[in-house]
Amino acid sequence: MSPRILGSTTKRILNQLRHDHRTVGLLVIVPILLLTLLYFMFKNEALLPGQPSTFDRIGLIMLGVFPFVIMFLITSIAMLRERTTGTLERLLTTPMGKLDLLFAYGIAFGIAAAIQASIAAGVAYWLFDLDTAGSTSLVILIAIANAVLGVALGLFCSAFARTEFQAVQFMPIVVIPQFLLCGLFVARDQMAGWLQAISDALPMSYAVEALQQVGAHADATDTLWRDLGIVVGCVVVALTLAAATLRRRSP
Amino acid sequence: METAIEVRNLVVERGKRRVLHGLTCSIPRGSVTGLLGPSGSGKTTLMRAIVGVQIVKSGVVTVLGEPAGTPRLRHKIGYLTQSPSVYADLTVRENARYFASLYKGITPADADNAVEMVGLGDAANQLVATLSGGQRARASLACTLVSRPEVLILDEPTVGQDPVLRDELWHQFRAMAAAGTTLLVSSHVMDEASRCDRLLLIREGALIADDTPDLVRASAGTNDLDAAFLHLIRTMEKTGVAS
Ligand SMILES: Nc1ncnc2c1ncn2[C@@H]1O[C@H](COP(=O)(O)OP(=O)(O)O)[C@@H](O)[C@H]1O
Ligand SMILES: [Mg+2]
Repeated sequence: MSPRILGSTTKRILNQLRHDHRTVGLLVIVPILLLTLLYFMFKNEALLPGQPSTFDRIGLIMLGVFPFVIMFLITSIAMLRERTTGTLERLLTTPMGKLDLLFAYGIAFGIAAAIQASIAAGVAYWLFDLDTAGSTSLVILIAIANAVLGVALGLFCSAFARTEFQAVQFMPIVVIPQFLLCGLFVARDQMAGWLQAISDALPMSYAVEALQQVGAHADATDTLWRDLGIVVGCVVVALTLAAATLRRRSP
Repeated sequence: METAIEVRNLVVERGKRRVLHGLTCSIPRGSVTGLLGPSGSGKTTLMRAIVGVQIVKSGVVTVLGEPAGTPRLRHKIGYLTQSPSVYADLTVRENARYFASLYKGITPADADNAVEMVGLGDAANQLVATLSGGQRARASLACTLVSRPEVLILDEPTVGQDPVLRDELWHQFRAMAAAGTTLLVSSHVMDEASRCDRLLLIREGALIADDTPDLVRASAGTNDLDAAFLHLIRTMEKTGVAS
C-alpha cells in the first residue's frame, strides 16, 4: 500500500461523486425524507407515561441502517463500473495495490457517509426531538462503521454481477434479511432458536444492538464497544474477500 | 539491437478456443513495432500477455529482462486498452492527473502536458462523458502516456482519429522511440505500417511475417502492404506452414 496512491484514489472517488450533483442531493435528502415520514407516522401514538416513543426506538436504528443500505448500493454500482469500463483492468497494470483501491473506496464513501449521517442525525435530534440516553457522536460513529460495512460488502458483491441490473438485485439479498432479523421487528431473544442463530451471524444485528445501547445508556457500554468491534471485524473479512475477487490476470 | 520484449512459444486459450498458437517474436528496444492483422487475429490477446494481464496456457513472455506482469514492471510499462478506459464522470484533466498520481515522480504538470500532447488542451476541463468517441480514445491515450513508461503497448491508438491528428500522434510515437522508448502499436489498417520500424503480421493467432516494412514488401514482391499481406497469406496457405 502507498499513502500517495491511497490519498489520490480517495480524492478521485470523491471527485466523481462531486460531479454527480443529483446523487449528492439524494444522499442528503433521502434519509431526511424517510425520517420525516417516520416521525409523522408515530406522531399521534398514544403513550403511557414513561413509555419511550416508537420514533425514538426506530428513528435511532434508521440512522444506522440508511448509510449501510445506501453505501452498499452506491459502492456496488461504482465498482461494477470500474470492472465493466476497463478502468479496473488499467489500474491493475499500474503500481496501484489492490488494497489501495479497496481502502480508498472505504475511506471515500466513509467520508460521504459521515456527512450524510451527521445531517440525518442533526435533523432527527433537533427537528424531531429524537431522545437517546447516550451521545449523538456515538450514533454517528456507529452509522459510519455501518456505512463502511456496506462499502466492503458492495465491493465484494460487485464481483458477482455483470450488469447494473444484476448489481441492484444484490440489495434485497444482502440488506433485507439483515434488516428483518436485526431486532427491530422482533426482539432477538424472542426469535425462534434457528432465527436467532442466523441473526447472530449477521453483522447488522450488532450495529443495531450498539445503537440500542446508545439509546438506553448515558455512557458507552462494553457491549457497545464489543458490537462495534464485531462490525469492524466484518469489514475486514469483507474487504479480504473483495481483494480475492480482484485478479490481475484474467482469461 | 537490444531486445525489450521477448515472446517464446506463447500459447493462449480464451474460452474454449486456442487464440495464440505457440507464437514467438522479439521486439527491439527504442523502436516502433507495428502489430498488424485482421480483427480477431489475436493482437489484443498478445498485448495483454505482454502487459501481464492475460492468463497464458504455456510459453514465456519477458519484458525488459523480467517475466511479464512482475510488480516492478508496472512502473515501466504503459498499456492503452482497445476500448477507452477512463472515468466518464471526471474531466479529461482530472483523469490524467489521477493516473499521473499513481506513479512516483510524475507531477500534475506532466498530466497537463500529456493532455496537450494528444490534442485535448481545449477540452481539458470537459467531462469525458461529453467527449466524442475519438476524443475519448485520446483521453485514454493521455492517461497511458502520462507516466512516460519505457515500454508502451498501444492497442489501436489511432482508430477513429482524423488524418491530421493521426499524423501528429505518429510523429510523437516516432519521437518517443528516438528517445529510447519501446512501442508496440497495433492496427488493423495497413496504411500505418510504413510508419513502423518493424512489422509483426498476425493472422488467426500465428505470425506470418516479422520484418521491416521494406522487407515485407520485398518478400511479397509488391509495394502495397495490403497486397503484401494477401500474398503472404496465400503463400502460407499453399505451403501450409507459418514462417
Ligand atoms: N474474453 C474472451 N473470451 C473468449 N474469447 C475471447 C475473449 N476475448 C477475445 N476472444 C477471442 O479471441 C480471439 C482473438 O481476439 P483478440 O485478441 O481480441 O483479436 P484482435 O485484437 O486481433 O481483434 C477472437 O477470436 C476472439 O473472439
Ligand atoms: Mg483487438
